[in-house]
Amino acid sequence: MIEQLAAAPYPQSLSCCASYATRILWLVPVAPMFAAGVIALLKQPKRKTSATLAIGSLAFSLIVSILAFSHVVAGWLSGTLVRETVNFAWLHFGTTSVELGWVLDPLAAVMLVMVTFVGLLIFIYSVGYMAHDENYTRFFCFLSLFAGAMLGVVIANSLLLLFMCWELVGLTSYLLIGFWYQKPAAAAAAKKAFLTTRVGDVFFLLGIVWLFAQTGTLLFYNNGAGSIEHGALAALLAQPAALGLTAATAIGLLIFAGAAGKSGQFPLHVWLPDAMEGPTPVSALIHAATMVAAGVYLIARVYPLMAAGSLTGGTSTALIVITWVGAFTAVFAALIAVAQNDIKRILAYSTVSQLGYMMAGLGMGGVAVGMFHLITHAFFKALLFMGAGSVIHGCHEEQDIRKMGGLKADMPLTFITYATGMLALCGFPLFFSGFWSKDGILEAAHGWSISHAPFYMLGFGALLTAFYMTRQVSYVFLGVWRGHKAAHESPAVMVLPLLILAFFAVVLGVLGTPAWPWFHGFLEGHAAPFDLHALFEPGLLLLMLTSSVIVLLGLGLGLRVYGGKSPKSTEPDTLEKAVPWLWAILRDRFYIDELYAATIVAFYGWWGRVADFIDRRILGGAVNLVTGLTTLVARFNRFLDAQFVNGGFDKTCEELATSGGLLARVQSGRVQGYLRILALAVVALAAILVWSSRP
Amino acid sequence: MSFVFWIIAAITLGGALTAVVLKNTVHCALALTAAFLGLALLFLGLDAQFAGFAEILVYVGAVAILVVFAILLTRGSETPKGSVYSRYSVVGLIAAAAVFAVLGWAVLQSAHSFPNEQAVPSATAQQIGIALVGRYVLPLEILALLLTIATIGAVIVALHEKEETNG
Amino acid sequence: MTPLTAHLLVAALLFAIGLAGALTRRNAILVLIGIELMLNAANLNFIAFWRYSPHPEALTGMMFAIFSIAVAAAEAAVGLGLVIAIHRHLHSTDLDHMNRMKG
Repeated sequence: MIEQLAAAPYPQSLSCCASYATRILWLVPVAPMFAAGVIALLKQPKRKTSATLAIGSLAFSLIVSILAFSHVVAGWLSGTLVRETVNFAWLHFGTTSVELGWVLDPLAAVMLVMVTFVGLLIFIYSVGYMAHDENYTRFFCFLSLFAGAMLGVVIANSLLLLFMCWELVGLTSYLLIGFWYQKPAAAAAAKKAFLTTRVGDVFFLLGIVWLFAQTGTLLFYNNGAGSIEHGALAALLAQPAALGLTAATAIGLLIFAGAAGKSGQFPLHVWLPDAMEGPTPVSALIHAATMVAAGVYLIARVYPLMAAGSLTGGTSTALIVITWVGAFTAVFAALIAVAQNDIKRILAYSTVSQLGYMMAGLGMGGVAVGMFHLITHAFFKALLFMGAGSVIHGCHEEQDIRKMGGLKADMPLTFITYATGMLALCGFPLFFSGFWSKDGILEAAHGWSISHAPFYMLGFGALLTAFYMTRQVSYVFLGVWRGHKAAHESPAVMVLPLLILAFFAVVLGVLGTPAWPWFHGFLEGHAAPFDLHALFEPGLLLLMLTSSVIVLLGLGLGLRVYGGKSPKSTEPDTLEKAVPWLWAILRDRFYIDELYAATIVAFYGWWGRVADFIDRRILGGAVNLVTGLTTLVARFNRFLDAQFVNGGFDKTCEELATSGGLLARVQSGRVQGYLRILALAVVALAAILVWSSRP
Repeated sequence: MSFVFWIIAAITLGGALTAVVLKNTVHCALALTAAFLGLALLFLGLDAQFAGFAEILVYVGAVAILVVFAILLTRGSETPKGSVYSRYSVVGLIAAAAVFAVLGWAVLQSAHSFPNEQAVPSATAQQIGIALVGRYVLPLEILALLLTIATIGAVIVALHEKEETNG
Repeated sequence: MTPLTAHLLVAALLFAIGLAGALTRRNAILVLIGIELMLNAANLNFIAFWRYSPHPEALTGMMFAIFSIAVAAAEAAVGLGLVIAIHRHLHSTDLDHMNRMKG
């Protein structure tokens, strides 16, 4: 087993000494955080300054990321897998210490470039989108802080540093979802997001602590001494935990719980659709491209831990769990997306579904498969969200798709880019990146030894994806305009990023085709030869054909049911007329939120009341009792003190004074008195003498 | 004991008693003088001629007059109003009575062991003089010193403090 | 009773009278008078014992009495001087009023 690990993804030919690129890598997250700090300290809101600072810092991070990426590519070209770390001890206690650090390897390099590039485009887009908002400066401050934190998650070499940046990402997500905090819905959505991800984070933290206890380090890579390197993994596998699991599996599942919270897997998916209350750039950046991808990235990071301990089927328990959860989420969310009417909410559920795909891809096919879909998804989902934002902006802040229509003519550029993104998401054959990335996952699912069920689930999900996206596009862009005022195209500052992203939505696919599996080779450190004939391998060809058929079927169904028709918003949906009971369940999101409200939320409300009672009545009562007793004792003591101690003392003094006075009368000052006493004393003495000398 | 002795003793004791009882202080001083005279006669009766005449010279001649002077200088000649006895005089009486009782008891008890020489001693002035400068020269000198000091002291104590005049 | 005993008893009575006077009278001069009487009583004791002692040629009793007389005279002078001085300050010779040395 250990030999398998040794031979598997991360070979020994590492270059460990930190190059220049790695040593300056810390600038990548720090630059945006610094910009956020400066913006936060501005006395008055300054629009130009804050936007310039934010965009400039992220552009700087992009440059450094490209530098690092090129360094890693150079390494790959010369045949070595670059994995350079800079570690330092942060906390010392006793003889142990907690170490932090950052790492530069292919996974981190790719993610860095994606996050900074997409982030930069969204920042530029926000300049246009938020132009009429009063809190422009605050927006860019939070955006920069988020960017810095997300980049910190990417380059972290220590699980602790990753967790700290993870929490910061969660905080900024809360701040940005609730950006328009005057709206009660936004404030509630922010709180919901924070609390739901919190549930995942608790398990994550447990996993971290357990890992630290078992291996003594939280660094990922530390010249062989890291927590996911061979020695530590062997120790973890040997250690049994509960329920027949090993420590490695248990820790892996705990960490997955954290990833599930952040990446919106079932059952912690409930926050993501509500998070659409935030501004659209926020939805694009955080809830499409980056933050939700952090969960997938985390699993990719600790993949050796997840993959440790294969069963007889050749894969580990943790990965099996991840696969099933991902596959289920993919279908579940896609079903709900079919019946939604808010343009952003459809995209939100689509994101949840695609995250399920990524998790399933990680579980079945490994890091490269899952990460490739993450990268392509980031581009086309950001494109779709920004396009939706453009549509909302053009339709004068309208978000209900039943009140749109016919925008193909009024917003042509938006339509073209949106259509590109939509086709990429559906996985339209050959020319769109989504096809190649999704195919990678389907291929892995097809070859999964445990079960074929995920393959069918993911295929069904692809069908649904095509269906609901076609519904959305036909409602928004096709048909007739159903709104009040006429729509208009968005300004250039918003359209230009759309165009750039549309370009990449097409072109990125090239990096992961079976003909040239560059992405796969790059991440795993082996050569990727360009071989067109690999495309025509029969199994592969059949798979590509199958997925193409599924996509076209979905598109066709969608066009058949919704194409060109534009029902009024008051009329029920076509599908709703057909199967109203199914429609109701889908539209109401399988009543998961209601279930949570009735059980968990109600329980916590009750528990809160119980705790309040205990605190105020019982503990508070005890405190009051003690106070009362103490006061009583104090009063009694004072009484004792005044009466007995003071009084006794005073009385003694009085007695002494009186007796002194009495005694002083002996010294009367009158000589005759002294003489009298003297005479009597002499008499007494003489009497004694005479008496004693009697014969 | 001869009859004369008892008369002289009566004079002495009577004088003494009168001296302590009378209200008028001058009368007390005169009674005192009588007591001194009686004592001197007793000394003469005891063949202590020098002591007797010394008694008259010193006591009657000096001390009694000194007492009278003191009485006159302190305006004691008027009869005082109120009692002449102090507040706790009963205690003093009791003490005095007790003293007499004890002394008398002591005397009577040891009377049998008293010496009783009947021969008349001779104590001429010459003998006394030789004894004074011979055996008792030291007490004599001390006495001289004492008398000097007493004289000077008495003068200083009783001296009227005059106001210092610049002059 | 022998002559000696008689003299001694007289001396004792004289002493007691002198003591009574010293202890009961208010006037300071009367106290000094009492003291003189006591001293004289003691002198009488000495002379009486000298007269009837086995060795009167030693003149012990006589010398004692003479010295006693001298000292008594000096003491009377000083004491009366003191009384006069006190009278100058307090304008009275009442012993009951002379309690400035009280405690």
